[in-house]
Amino acid sequence: MPLNSKVDAVTADSELAVIRKPLPHDSAPRHVTGSAAYIDDIREPAGTLHVAPGYAPIAKGRITGLDLEAVRAFPGVVAVLTAADIPGANDVSPKLIGDDPALAVDEVRFHGQVVFVVVAKTRDIARRAAAKAKFTTVAEAPAIDLADTTDTVLPEYSFGRGDVEAGLAAAPLKLEASFRIGGQEHFYLEGQIAMAVPGEASEMFVYSSTQHPSEVQHLVAHALHIPSSAVTVEIRRMGGGFGGKESQASQWAVLAALAAHKTGRPCKMRLDRDDDMIMTGKRHDFRVDYRVGANPEGLLETVDVVLNARCGHSEDLSMGVVDRTMFHSDNSYFYPTCRVLTRRMRTNTVSNTAFRGFGGPQGMTFAERMMDHVAYTLGKDPLEIRKLNFYQGDRDHTPYGMKVEDSLLQPLVTQLEASSDYWARREEITAFNASSRILKKGLALTPVKFGISFTLMMLNQAGALLHLYRDGSLNLNHGGTEMGQGLFLKVAQVVAEEFGVDMGKVAITATRTDKVPNTSPTAASSGTDLNAMAALNACNIIKDRLYTFIEAKWQVRRNQVSFRDNQVVIGNHVMSLAALADAAYVERVQLSAAGFYKTPKIAWNRDKAEGRPFFYFAYGASCSEVTIDTMTGEMKVDRVDVLHDVGKSLNPAIDIGQIEGGFVQGMGWLTTEELVWDKQGRLRTHAPSTYKIPAASDIPEHFRVELFQSEGPREDTIFKSKAVGEPPLMLGISVFCAINNAIASLKPGVMPALDAPATPEAIMRAVRGMTAA
Amino acid sequence: MRETIRFIRRGKIVEVANVDPMMTLLDYLRLSEGSTGTKEGCGEGDCGACTVAIGRSRNGKVVYEPINACIQLLGQVDGAEIVAVEDLAEGNELHPIQAAMVEKHGSQCGFCTPGFVMSVFSLYQGTDGAVGRDQINDTIAGNLCRCTGYRPIVEAALSVCASPRDDKFRKAAQDTAGVLDFITDDSDIFIGDDDRFFAAPASVDGLAALYARHPDAILVAGATDVGLWITKQLRDLPKIIHLGRVKDLDGVEDTGREILIGAAATYAHVEPYMRTIDPDLGELFRRIGSKQVRASGTVGGNVANGSPIGDTPPALIVLGATMELRRRDRSRILAVEDFYIEYGKQNRAAGEFVTGILVPKLRPDQIFRCYKVTKRFDQDISSVMGAFRFTIDAEGLITEARIAFGGMAGTPKRAKGAETALHGAGIRDTAAWAKAFAALRDDFSPLDDHRASANYRAETAHALLGKALIEAAGTPTSRTRLVGRREGFVHAAE
Repeated sequence: MPLNSKVDAVTADSELAVIRKPLPHDSAPRHVTGSAAYIDDIREPAGTLHVAPGYAPIAKGRITGLDLEAVRAFPGVVAVLTAADIPGANDVSPKLIGDDPALAVDEVRFHGQVVFVVVAKTRDIARRAAAKAKFTTVAEAPAIDLADTTDTVLPEYSFGRGDVEAGLAAAPLKLEASFRIGGQEHFYLEGQIAMAVPGEASEMFVYSSTQHPSEVQHLVAHALHIPSSAVTVEIRRMGGGFGGKESQASQWAVLAALAAHKTGRPCKMRLDRDDDMIMTGKRHDFRVDYRVGANPEGLLETVDVVLNARCGHSEDLSMGVVDRTMFHSDNSYFYPTCRVLTRRMRTNTVSNTAFRGFGGPQGMTFAERMMDHVAYTLGKDPLEIRKLNFYQGDRDHTPYGMKVEDSLLQPLVTQLEASSDYWARREEITAFNASSRILKKGLALTPVKFGISFTLMMLNQAGALLHLYRDGSLNLNHGGTEMGQGLFLKVAQVVAEEFGVDMGKVAITATRTDKVPNTSPTAASSGTDLNAMAALNACNIIKDRLYTFIEAKWQVRRNQVSFRDNQVVIGNHVMSLAALADAAYVERVQLSAAGFYKTPKIAWNRDKAEGRPFFYFAYGASCSEVTIDTMTGEMKVDRVDVLHDVGKSLNPAIDIGQIEGGFVQGMGWLTTEELVWDKQGRLRTHAPSTYKIPAASDIPEHFRVELFQSEGPREDTIFKSKAVGEPPLMLGISVFCAINNAIASLKPGVMPALDAPATPEAIMRAVRGMTAA
Repeated sequence: MRETIRFIRRGKIVEVANVDPMMTLLDYLRLSEGSTGTKEGCGEGDCGACTVAIGRSRNGKVVYEPINACIQLLGQVDGAEIVAVEDLAEGNELHPIQAAMVEKHGSQCGFCTPGFVMSVFSLYQGTDGAVGRDQINDTIAGNLCRCTGYRPIVEAALSVCASPRDDKFRKAAQDTAGVLDFITDDSDIFIGDDDRFFAAPASVDGLAALYARHPDAILVAGATDVGLWITKQLRDLPKIIHLGRVKDLDGVEDTGREILIGAAATYAHVEPYMRTIDPDLGELFRRIGSKQVRASGTVGGNVANGSPIGDTPPALIVLGATMELRRRDRSRILAVEDFYIEYGKQNRAAGEFVTGILVPKLRPDQIFRCYKVTKRFDQDISSVMGAFRFTIDAEGLITEARIAFGGMAGTPKRAKGAETALHGAGIRDTAAWAKAFAALRDDFSPLDDHRASANYRAETAHALLGKALIEAAGTPTSRTRLVGRREGFVHAAE
């Protein structure tokens, strides 16, 4: 049974002791025994109260009356809070622009917008009481679908080069089409949660399941009208984040803190799963309208794409998200003349937000569909068209002007083409389809090129705090958060490597805003790149002081000192790190350091649409084979081969886990995961019973993931590794293209009209479209 | 009469009085006991993060099954051993399943992990040799993981099941079974008063009397639906009558010509019997919910609660199944198809309850097919469910066609027009097929919802009828199906 991703195949680096080793997640033994504490597992302080949300039954309109008598009278209710109870700013928008109230006042902008909260003795009481509210409302017709609105959350924005209209007019092959790309619910297994514990004076300690503790800190401070210094936010681990806890964890933390502030008691707010899905934003869904001009061989000449994003009722992170859609609308392909235009539509739906890939996947899905369109129209294999259009030679400028200097597309795709046996299988599939009436197979190999860095330049910084104690143990803290991605382990590996100690010597501690301040969200795949560099800087600061101390004390040059094998070798002496630390302490050497890092070389001027927004690109490719049932539209993935570039891996086990998990999440997005709102704006798929993420049997028997072996990136990244959080999600696009390929087999020369997600219904619709075409 | 419930925790008998009828097992573990290893992911039995193992004594042996603690009522676990994720390791030594999960990198965020460990635990205890990928997929179909993509979890399960079973639960099995037998009695349980109670009568007569006295009480068999009334609809259910202790109500019997299913028999218990009727029927039962749901949920409950998309009724209807209903000491027999009147309304009087379902087996001249079309193959509710039974005479003529669909109307419903169109036609008579397809259009006017559009439902019903006919006419399922292929099964009718 070829479930054979290779974890141990990575060549060990003989220079390194713990870096590049497939160490298990630092919390794994606690995960498997149930002793890893998530926020709901923390022992509640005596007297803890519980907070539940209440919302109006409309998607758009005004609240003309709110009768909370029955809520207040419900036995066990301690307080019912509305916007009037907020002492400071009623705003949880990430940019503090006031378009996202913690508690809505009068105006309702989406179904599920929280209007009040109940504070009660138990969570069950709070939830039951919240259901007793009586709303009087004046409802208006909501704008739910993209087609329902012309209103936007941000102005239209575009970049590109050349004269698109002239280019299209002159192109020998002209194609145009529209298609839909659905959104995606994060479905982190641990729902949104926060617990606030009031301290002395106005202090507030907040446990928040957030990817962005500093933002939670600042928003709580604003809401309570207290300084940020009075608020401490802590997060040891999340039960998954995927972007859903980047900006949208704040509201629940603010409301828990508000309740704690009002009652003077610890307050916990844990959203029910259905409430979580109704009240928090998702991946942006899109309608893509494109025109493309190519030469008769399929080489692109002109691309004109309009990307219409459903942003929901407020801006949230839609600027950065949809910008990233633009940055990835080329994926791996050179567009000589192009225009990439985006419209960020305002709808009466929950405000869409960050989700692994941050808009990039939608842009890339467009690029891959366009490749398919050109290929099927010309009767060519899509892989040929893809390879023809790769960035290469002097065809190396992206639509936003950055040069692609580090492309691995050719070697990586060539290797996967061979290892997946693409061309032989292409023939087998063609033969199968010729003899099979009901079942049809499809095959696709698609590349990924993903830009690494926050495109909001200020976020490309990180801090770390490292203490070396007299017994030689190290206490590590940094601004990154752990959501399962193994960040804490990777950063700890760097510290252990630097001090030449076992992993057990490095204590991994919870992220806290009073240890490392003003942090960036753990997002944009940058957690390790930034925080491990900051930790490395802290290591170097302490080691520098130790070197100075050693030079003075033992008259040994620093190049004769090494930290390895749990020892410090000083010329001819060998001592333990503990002995050295103790000796240094006695001589009053500071053994604590705050490290810092900012990404070099990057710049982006959005107004002029020029610069180098990304430090480097991460690459990958995947080859998927599927079978569809043309009668029912059902689909099964038969085989997947992945080759992915992580530079030189810090931890191949963690990296393969990210790649496999990302692939499956991307596959789910484009296949089974469908969000459905009704005409009243109510989300109908608000639980796992109706919203279907992949299950174990959706993973093919043959699922082989390998790391692309290279000398690492040309840029100076942490131990020559590359970011891995988001790029693999887009490997799932090969499944979507394979489905399209199976449908295309029904009628040569015709591009199937397949929307994402490719549910059985969408597949059947596309199949029917082929018969009609 | 007993006014407590009793179960085993960590080798000790625990007796709980004052059990609120709506108290869930998950709340008991997390809030009362402070055992926070078991997580709440969805509160509706669909993600498996709250999976614990329930051990019960069967013929002197302890048998472990996984259940979703979030929608299991505490009262339901009377007489069982509850095993949660914290209970597996011995001191610092991980259980083999836990060690395999660490070694294979089976956890990332770790939140779903306890549930996976407990699902695999039930498989580990319920088998002796190595197990296959399909069996593992089925074991963890009710456990969602959003981080790993499952591959390392599957590998961990494969590897731990490839080694001999050796853990403290195996060593203690004999003793555990003894204690379970010791705490199992045949007295009625009644906790509370006439206004608010949890009751678990031990006999059908006791049940009949109690339900007649409290016709407003909620009958609970597996609670895989009623649990959501509590956790999601926030309904107040002050009177709960649990069927799980009623003697003989959970039995399944093969009489030779039919299978008799007790109203409280779980899907898991019934599944192998259904497989003897037809592999499609077995696969249909396997695809109901997940292991956790099938270990609690009952066929009786699925039929009785009258969901328009209940997956078993269309199959039971075409097989000509009948059901027995009882009120006080009066019973009546009803065809399953006559039980469904309209959406939300069944042919059941106040105080009347289902005691059993009788499913006739197929005759040698009958061909059965059923298909469940879903967005996701495992653990999903069908957008369309189609079931077919064709009786074919020696000349190859269809003497009777029984066709029923779920998801196509307010109730599970027969396609009478399509049935008539096929009557007397040759099984390969495509002109008759065309008439049946046309008639099918008039048999139903399905609805749009989040699972599928009306149009897709109509087209899919057409496709499923077509598929059943194509297969009945002899095309092997390797050419007609992606999953649930029949090749490898030898069946009397073919």
